[in-house]
This record gives sequence, structure tokens and C-alpha cells, in this order.
Amino acid sequence: MTLMHKFTTAAAVTALSAGAALAEPGLIIDLGGKFDKSFNESAYTGAQRWVEETGGSYMETELASEAQREQTMRRMAERGANPVVVLGFANASTLETVAPDYPETNFVIVDMVVDQPNVQSVVFSEHQGSYLVGLMAAMASETGTVSFVGGMDVPLIRKFACGYAQGAKSVADDIEVISNMTGTTPAAWNDPVKGAELTRSQISQGSDVVFAAAGGTGVGVLQAAADEGILAIGVDSNQNYLFPGTMLTSMVKRVDNAVYDAFQSAEAGDLETGVQVKGLEDEGVAVAMDEYNADLVTEEMQAAVDEARAKIISGELEVHDYTSDDSCPALTF
Amino acid sequence: MNVIDIVQILDSTIRLATPLLLACLAGLFSERSGVFDIGLEGKMLVAAFFSAAVAAATGSVWLGLLAGIAASMVFALIHGIASITFRGDQLISGVAINFLAAGMTVLIAQDWFQQGSRTPALTGSARFSPIDLPLADMLSGVPILGPLYADALSGHTILVYVGLLAVPATWWILFRTRFGLRLRAVGENPAAVDTAGVSVTGLRYAAVMICGLLCGLAGAYLATGLAAGFTKDMTAGRGFIALAALIFAKWRPWYALFASLLFGFLQAVSNRYSTLDLGIVEIPNAFVLALPYILTVVILAGFVGRAIPPRAGGEPYVKER
Repeated sequence: MTLMHKFTTAAAVTALSAGAALAEPGLIIDLGGKFDKSFNESAYTGAQRWVEETGGSYMETELASEAQREQTMRRMAERGANPVVVLGFANASTLETVAPDYPETNFVIVDMVVDQPNVQSVVFSEHQGSYLVGLMAAMASETGTVSFVGGMDVPLIRKFACGYAQGAKSVADDIEVISNMTGTTPAAWNDPVKGAELTRSQISQGSDVVFAAAGGTGVGVLQAAADEGILAIGVDSNQNYLFPGTMLTSMVKRVDNAVYDAFQSAEAGDLETGVQVKGLEDEGVAVAMDEYNADLVTEEMQAAVDEARAKIISGELEVHDYTSDDSCPALTF
Repeated sequence: MNVIDIVQILDSTIRLATPLLLACLAGLFSERSGVFDIGLEGKMLVAAFFSAAVAAATGSVWLGLLAGIAASMVFALIHGIASITFRGDQLISGVAINFLAAGMTVLIAQDWFQQGSRTPALTGSARFSPIDLPLADMLSGVPILGPLYADALSGHTILVYVGLLAVPATWWILFRTRFGLRLRAVGENPAAVDTAGVSVTGLRYAAVMICGLLCGLAGAYLATGLAAGFTKDMTAGRGFIALAALIFAKWRPWYALFASLLFGFLQAVSNRYSTLDLGIVEIPNAFVLALPYILTVVILAGFVGRAIPPRAGGEPYVKER
């Protein structure tokens, strides 16, 4: 109910202030759902943090299907939201056509680059964060086999897998990395049953640490790992609390910060369009350490992660980015 | 590929085939009586939700199972009322059921649990736990057959065995009982059944309700057996694959078992191997996943045998005056 309340309040405020210069930011939650405990939820958390700290209000809506993207984006812009924040690579082609029609409105897209004068593109160095969790996975593995479950088979998810494999192989060359994608359609973000089945299949092939980058499907992966007693690594949001004892860590992607910053700068009126890359340096991607996984992370692991992180930031160590040339030296798809 | 690999793939096959098998048998009952049902997906989804929700609320998976079956049967009843009593278009009613289920589950889940259209993760007695078949330990030492029995067939949740037993039960009901004979007759030539003084409406309702029951089992298995809780759209098209399996099985119970196991096997193989190396050619994963549909099209096109649906299927029965 509180959500509905917020929504109606937001709508009412917009109606009142129509024509006024003061605009509210808007957030379009992507497929997979607001509470996917992962990517979308992180964005929502960022927006909520902004509300708590500034007392402002924003418009929010959630996509129910692929076909609604354009309509929802236009609707948000027409209702006066500024900036309009959209989440996920799948919005890129739609935003490409919508953004020029609303030159007065700023758009922010997370996870993809859209080259338009009124668009801010926020991309993350997922390969770097994945490298670090891959490193941890390989150190924690006793069988010498670690695995990856991706959601929809798209370059972005392969970027995760590729970074993960590189991190694992950096520990020992003979570490085996098994990689599976859930599917090739957006339904792959919401299929915990298949996620669990993929995980069991990987376990039967010897994997004892699994990294899930699969939105809602990931919940099934983490559950299967907990059921079978192997370690799992979460993604996007800090998922360590979900299954304490089997969650090695989470590769946190601060989508919340991206949304928070966008909202904040819009209020101040200094939203910078163009590409913003968030990496290890500015904590855009990070490895989650908290009380839930403290028992599983050894001092050597922590030290190795810190060292690798420092090397990546200084440029001494370069992690290959799958999306730069659509290939991965450490893993074949 | 060695024996252990094969056993593991078969183990996975059985898990993946069970929801397909239950939904396929559900469709078989309904369609054999002349009521086409593309709402299998929706019924499974609503059963998945209510089984998980009630199991989460009460902590008892059995109450959850009952709630899931009840919800699925209510949806089956809606389909029955629309397509039998009011003689509506059966396909449209099925589509409506799918939409209703997709929207309603998410809405209720959000209102009930406030966890964003999902139920809390189920633990302990709120989930079905694996059961070992008798003698599994003793027989595991027997070469080949031992591991097959102990590791592939044993160690699933009870709903898997219910699904497997439903196959002979379905065969027996359809082909060895008076009810089954009438049910098949009503799908082929309802006028003849009506002339014999048997209620066409009653038989079709019975078939549709059995369909609801089996879909309920399938949905509950997804949410409380395979996964631990409900997530939005978690059936992910399995109801439609079950329909394909039904056509592939030519509306026969034993063939339905074979078709479901084949489709489950293809999924298990594609889960395990990203590309299938057959020595001469490499088959990409996507092709293996698409195979069930390709096979169904091939069957429908009449290349391998012919799939003839029940003759009165899809047509509401109007008594002649």
C-alpha cells in the first residue's frame, strides 16, 4: 500500500506542478521485478535512499513485458519526469528512438551506452568485480572446479562469466570453469527451477562454488547450492544474507549509487550526460564482506582480493572485457 | 561420457520431466473429452503460487499441496463453465486463464507477502524432501542397473512417483473402465454418447476437473518440490511444452510418458553440455532446446506417423432439437 500511496502522491504532485520547472525524477523498473533481490532491487534501494535523505518524491513504474518499454518510457517523459532512469541493456534500442523526441528531458540508462545528447549512460566494470569473486571461488574450491550460471545469454552476462573465469584461472591454471546460460529470452531472468537444475548439473560435474548472475533465476541457483551444501556467490545486490553459511560472497554492483547520483544531480540541476564508467576504484563494483560470510572468507582470500583489486586499479593487472571484442581468453561459450 | 554421467543426466531428466508429464496427462484427460486446454500453463502457475504461499504461511507442504490443487481446480472449473456450459471458444478461454493466472498470482503475492511478487523461501517441512525407494542402498552395488535405480530413479520427491504412477492409472481409467470409454467417446462423437443417455456435460466437467487436479500436482511440484517458493512466471512455458508433448504423444498415456521423458532428457542434456559434440558435427545448445518443438512440428506435418486429435475437440456440444 505504501508503494501505491507514493505513486499516487507522485502523480498528484506532478499534476499540481505541471508546467513548473521543478521536475521529479522517474525510475522504470525492468523485467524481473522490483524485488528480484538483485539488479532491480538495488536500483529501488538507491531511489529509496534518496527519498529518505532528501525527502523528495519520484515516479516509479515497473515493466510487465518487453512490449511496454517504449510506451512506458514515453509516458514517463510526458508526465514530466526528469531524469527518467531506465535499467538494463535491453532498453538501449528503445531509448535510442525515444530520447531525441524529448530533448528537454534527460535520460539515464544503466548497463548500456546510448549515444544521445540528453542521455547519461552508466556502465559498470563487471569484469573486474567478477574477476575478484572468481579469485575467491578458486581459492575456496576444494575440487578444482567452479561454475557460473548466467541469466539470458547476452554479451553483458558473458562479461561477468569471462571476468569470473579469468579470476579463477589466475589462482591456478588447471582450475576448471563450467559455464551455463539459462536461456536466450527474457524468461531466463525468472526461471529459478532451471537455475537450480543447472546448478545440480554443475555440482554433478564437480563444481563446489557457483556464481549466479541471473536476476530472479539466481535465487534458484543459490537455493540449490544451499540444499546441496556447496558455496555460492550472489550478484548485483548483496545477497549474502539469503543463505548464511553457503554464501561465499556477492559481486555487488552499485546500481543503487547510480540511481541515487542521477536523482541527486538532477535535483541540483547538474546531471552530466555522456558515458560514466563505475569500476573498482569508485566502488561501483565491489566484493561484499559482511557478518554473513565472515566465517567463509579466509585471511589469504581477503589478502589476495585486496592485492588484485589494487593491481587492477593501478592498471598493473588488466582484466579482459568480453564486450570489447566479443571473445574471452579464459572461457569458451 | 561414462555411466556416472548418464545416471546423472537421467536423474535430472526425471526431475525435469515430471512437471511436463503431469501437465501432459492433465491435457490428455481434457482433450480426450473434447475440451482443448491451452490453459495448462496458467493452472500450473496458480497451483505453484498457492502451494508455495500456503506452505509458507502454515509451514506444512501438504496443506500447500491441497491449496495448490484446489486453486488449479477452481481455474479448471472456470474453463469448464466458459467452454462447456456457455459454449465459449475453448482456446480463448485457455488464453484468458493464462493471463489471469500470470496477473493474479503476482498481485496476491505482493499483497500477501510484500516481497515483490514472490513467496518467502520455503524451508524444512514446508518443502517436499527427497525419499529413497526401498532397497536403494542394497542394490546400488549391482553394476549398471544398481546406480540407475539407486541414483536416477530413487531420491526424488513423492510427487515424482505420483506422476510416474499416474501413467498406468490414466491408461487404466481411459481404456479399462466404463468411465474412460465414455470419456473417449465424448471426445470423438458426443452426439452418440448423448443418444445413449449419458451426460456429455457431466463427462466433460469430470475430465476438466481431473485436468485441474493433475495441473495442481504439476504446479505444486515446481514450487515446493523443485524450487523453494514461488517466483513470478516461474512455470516459464512448461505448460506449452507439455502441450507439445501431448501432441507428440498422440493423446496416449504411455506415449505421454515417453514424450515427457524425451523432452526432459533433451533439457537435461542441454543443461549439461553447452555444445553437443557428436564426433562429426557439433550441435549447439539452442538447437537441443528447440528440438521438442521441431519434433512436434514434424509429427504434426505427418512425416513420422500421424497425430490425429480427438474428432470433437474444440467444439462445444449443442444438443440437437
